[in-house]
Amino acid sequence: MKFSESWLRQSVSPQGGTDALADLLTMAGLEVESLEPAAPPFSGVVVGEIVAIAPHPDADRLRVCQVACGADKPLTIVCGAPNARAGLKAPLAVVGAKLPGDLAIGKAKMRGVESFGMLCSARELGIATDADGLLELPYEAPVGADIRQYLDLEDTVIELKLTPNRGDCLSMAGLAREVAALSAARIEAMPLQSLADAHAHSRGITVPAAADCPVYLGRVFTGIDPAARTPLWMRRRIERAGSRCVSLAVDITNYVMLELGQPLHAFDHDRLSGDIVVRRANAGERITLLDGSEATLDPSFLVIADAAGAQAVAGVMGGAHSAVTDATTSIFLESAHFVPGVIAGRARRLNVASEAAHRFERGVDPTLPERAMARAAQLLADLAGAQAGPLVAVRSELPQRAPIRLRESRAAAVIGMDLGSKTITGILDRLGLGHQKNGDAWTVTVPPHRFDLAIEEDLIEEIVRVHGYQKVPVRSPQASLGMPPRDESVLKVAGPMARLALRDYQEVITYSFIDEGDEATLHGNAAPVRLANPIARQMSVMRSSLLAGLLGVLRGNVAHRQTRVRIIERGRVFLGIDEPSQQPERLGGLAWGGAVDEQWGAPARAVDFFDVKADLEAILAPHALAAQPWTGHPALHPGRAARLSVDGRDIGWLGELHPRQVQALDLGRAPVAFEIDLAALPLSGAVAAAPPARTPSVRRDIAVVVDEAVQWRQIAHAIADPAIDNLHDIAPFDIYRGQGIESGKKSLAIAMTIQDTRKTLTDIEIEAVVNTVVERLASAVGASLRQ
Amino acid sequence: MDPLDSLQAEAVAEFAAIDDPDLLEQVKARYLGKQGLITERMKALGGMEPEARKAEGARINRVKTGVEEALNARREALREAALAQQLAAEALDVSLPGRGTGAGGWHPVSRVRERVCELFAGIGFEVADGPEIETDFFNFTALNTPDDHPARSMHDTFYIEGSDRLLRTHTSPIQVRYMQAHQPPLRIVAPGRVYRVDSDATHSPMFHQIEGLWVDRDVSFADLKGVVTQFLQRFFEREDLQVRFRPSFFPFTEPSAEIDMAWGDRWLEIGGCGMVHPNVLRHVNIDPEEFRGFAFGFGIDRLAMLRYGVRDLRLFYENDLRFLRQFV
Repeated sequence: MKFSESWLRQSVSPQGGTDALADLLTMAGLEVESLEPAAPPFSGVVVGEIVAIAPHPDADRLRVCQVACGADKPLTIVCGAPNARAGLKAPLAVVGAKLPGDLAIGKAKMRGVESFGMLCSARELGIATDADGLLELPYEAPVGADIRQYLDLEDTVIELKLTPNRGDCLSMAGLAREVAALSAARIEAMPLQSLADAHAHSRGITVPAAADCPVYLGRVFTGIDPAARTPLWMRRRIERAGSRCVSLAVDITNYVMLELGQPLHAFDHDRLSGDIVVRRANAGERITLLDGSEATLDPSFLVIADAAGAQAVAGVMGGAHSAVTDATTSIFLESAHFVPGVIAGRARRLNVASEAAHRFERGVDPTLPERAMARAAQLLADLAGAQAGPLVAVRSELPQRAPIRLRESRAAAVIGMDLGSKTITGILDRLGLGHQKNGDAWTVTVPPHRFDLAIEEDLIEEIVRVHGYQKVPVRSPQASLGMPPRDESVLKVAGPMARLALRDYQEVITYSFIDEGDEATLHGNAAPVRLANPIARQMSVMRSSLLAGLLGVLRGNVAHRQTRVRIIERGRVFLGIDEPSQQPERLGGLAWGGAVDEQWGAPARAVDFFDVKADLEAILAPHALAAQPWTGHPALHPGRAARLSVDGRDIGWLGELHPRQVQALDLGRAPVAFEIDLAALPLSGAVAAAPPARTPSVRRDIAVVVDEAVQWRQIAHAIADPAIDNLHDIAPFDIYRGQGIESGKKSLAIAMTIQDTRKTLTDIEIEAVVNTVVERLASAVGASLRQ
Repeated sequence: MDPLDSLQAEAVAEFAAIDDPDLLEQVKARYLGKQGLITERMKALGGMEPEARKAEGARINRVKTGVEEALNARREALREAALAQQLAAEALDVSLPGRGTGAGGWHPVSRVRERVCELFAGIGFEVADGPEIETDFFNFTALNTPDDHPARSMHDTFYIEGSDRLLRTHTSPIQVRYMQAHQPPLRIVAPGRVYRVDSDATHSPMFHQIEGLWVDRDVSFADLKGVVTQFLQRFFEREDLQVRFRPSFFPFTEPSAEIDMAWGDRWLEIGGCGMVHPNVLRHVNIDPEEFRGFAFGFGIDRLAMLRYGVRDLRLFYENDLRFLRQFV
């Protein structure tokens, strides 16, 4: 909400300047968002009147004006503005004037004619950006008056960021009341005279929806002069409030709303037929609104209808059919109270911006309609020559506001300090709240403009707000100290993240919403969770995997000439919307480029599946990671992808990007990516530690030749199940293909650690273990010892 | 000079002149070997009178010890010299960079999240979590923001197509879920991603908040001011940081406050807070007469921007490694 400071100060003017006023408002919860001077600094500009005008002898587009400015005789001013004419009053910058943009005005010879100043446009004064020609001042502007005084340019436009609970401050009167309460400055009452009826024209009103509209006033005004223009002072206030001026009658309704907070609506009286009916809309009822939009209503909307149908959506926007135009001479003026519940959210549903709805949904003082109608009548009569008919009023019972109990002890407990009875009473008084104390508690009655005050906490907030938040002590709270449980797991989120960071992965954060095409192609999900209102097409569906986001980061960094990218992300993926469990938290990552940074001491080698597998093994330790071949992922190389499990529990996947995707993303070589379900990770508690064996362990190596298709897990399984006594560990340490090995086969060198923890083994016992291994491998995978 | 003494002097001088360890051992033999000059003298003792033999034997032994000591000293000196040479030859260019894998790092937003959680853990706040696709109930209704409440337009909400679900607009629903599942007294912080329909240099459609909640029998607005003020001073490691509380409105707290801190020459809005609204407590079956609570929320991204001097929020989501690697 914007308003003119000088307008406010006509009602209430606390001590101090603009900054003090802004601070007062901000620290009371009416946050000042900006302060803008009404005009940039300039000086030496007065009201001038062109008393004579003649063509310039040597220039077609210039004219020589004689301009009266309160001096002894008119000044000669050369002017090129197309609207310069005799009798026009316009701002005149005299010699010595300083205009915005450091423009100094001096005597100047223009094509041989001496000019003693400059007639100005609004743009030259910095008060409008798109002004053509001279700023035309009203006829009654006093010649010679300083333009800054005359146009009230020493004013400041204050913009407030009002919170939704303070609808009562959405007007000059409301703001003045608030400022008076906060500053204890006196508020100037505005006298209001009632306008006598000048004719008998009226329109019948029925209000079937009385609960939605407890007060409806209508009055017919005739004889409106279509030529009458909105006076400068009113324009100024409307424009400084951030609104646009339209026509006098409409401007008056807007002005009264800005002044008092009561939205009014003017219908073209001649476009209405029959009585006014305030009722709920019929299902499917249609109306074309003022802004040209077509609305289809339902019974949750309240409408103002005539014999022909809905003419306005009550409290939101008028209809186009009965809209006031430049040609309107008679209006039917509505001043009504609509309850917040029947307006709330309706403008949003119709997708229209409505100052009226903005106020009604926050709550408008139900006692305002009379006052606002009287004020509008006065202005219509004074400014537009209107004649008023009799006031037609339909009233029903206003909803009762229950008094609120306010306990002094409760206030002290919530605030954390005891303000004392006297201070609290003083604040209630300043806010205009009625109160009566009985023991610890007051019974507080709330004035009709404060829709936000309904319960005890509302009052406690008001008290501490007016008293000042800064006066509440800053205290370290007391609590009973219980030590929360802590398991010893390192595999909670931070553990794996920290371990991966140590292994040269950089964490990234990507958007949870991604491109629908990526979701289908990269995640194989044709039925994603879709946003109803995405901000962009490429952010339209919720991700079911972290892969697409990681690939996006990879692409971006490749474009920045990075040659090695290792990234991880932790975040939720979205598999469904019904249960929180369908939004599991995942840890994903990828590695692309060199296995290590290019460096002097290590050979250049591209990162591969096993490098990344080692990273995962490291973060999952002490748990063993198992990998099964997996062809089920649409974006992974079917021969280089695996499902991962720990202790038989599936935890995610690891794999090289499919060559098709590598090409499509123009990556040059394939990244190795992974994704782990964080909730599936085992929680390793305290380790059951064993002392190292005191007996020596023996290492024996064998090399076996097997078919190319035989996988390590088959070998490991054949050896491990059933367990061979004293065989502690096996590990592959070389894989060889080529000379000496039949094609289609490979040689695997296996190291065995053999140990009996109770005694030293004999050679015969050791040989027995080796032989068992060889025999198992021969029968399980057709392995032969390499010669 | 006594011939024995000159023999010793001769041996010492000879040892000292030798630089080659092998040669030294050969020369040693000349004096101490089986036919060495000293050994020969020892052998000659056999033919002497016992008295003379004893005296002469002692003399020879003294000379022998002297020669041996000289030999050992020379051996040691030669070993030292050889080692010194080896070490010199083995010297590295220690200024070359180290070999192998480098170090990764956390995203600045995560660093801040962890730091905030850690600070609050210090006064007994547990970390709580919740879903990001939320129901209207948890995101709004349970937070005292019924349908059509004007406060709803403060949030530009992303909705899920074909349902009444939405992307949470704040981390406050976690409060409600936690209070449903736990009995007070309770203290939690709830960090996470939140979403609003907004995108420019200072707004991202996805960003991070951290929400704090303390529900207990006797907590007050003064306590809230204490906790928030101390947190900001600790987080920014500035004990003189000025923090002010400004009246505001949130449907789920009352009294409500915006939190400003003095930053440079102006006040900067850094978060919101307030006493938990009685309706919110009632929604989760906590009696507001018995328990009170306060809640506060900060934008993690905003804290990170201020902490690390980042001017443009978008940098956090562009994931340019040249930017992120600074946080290793």
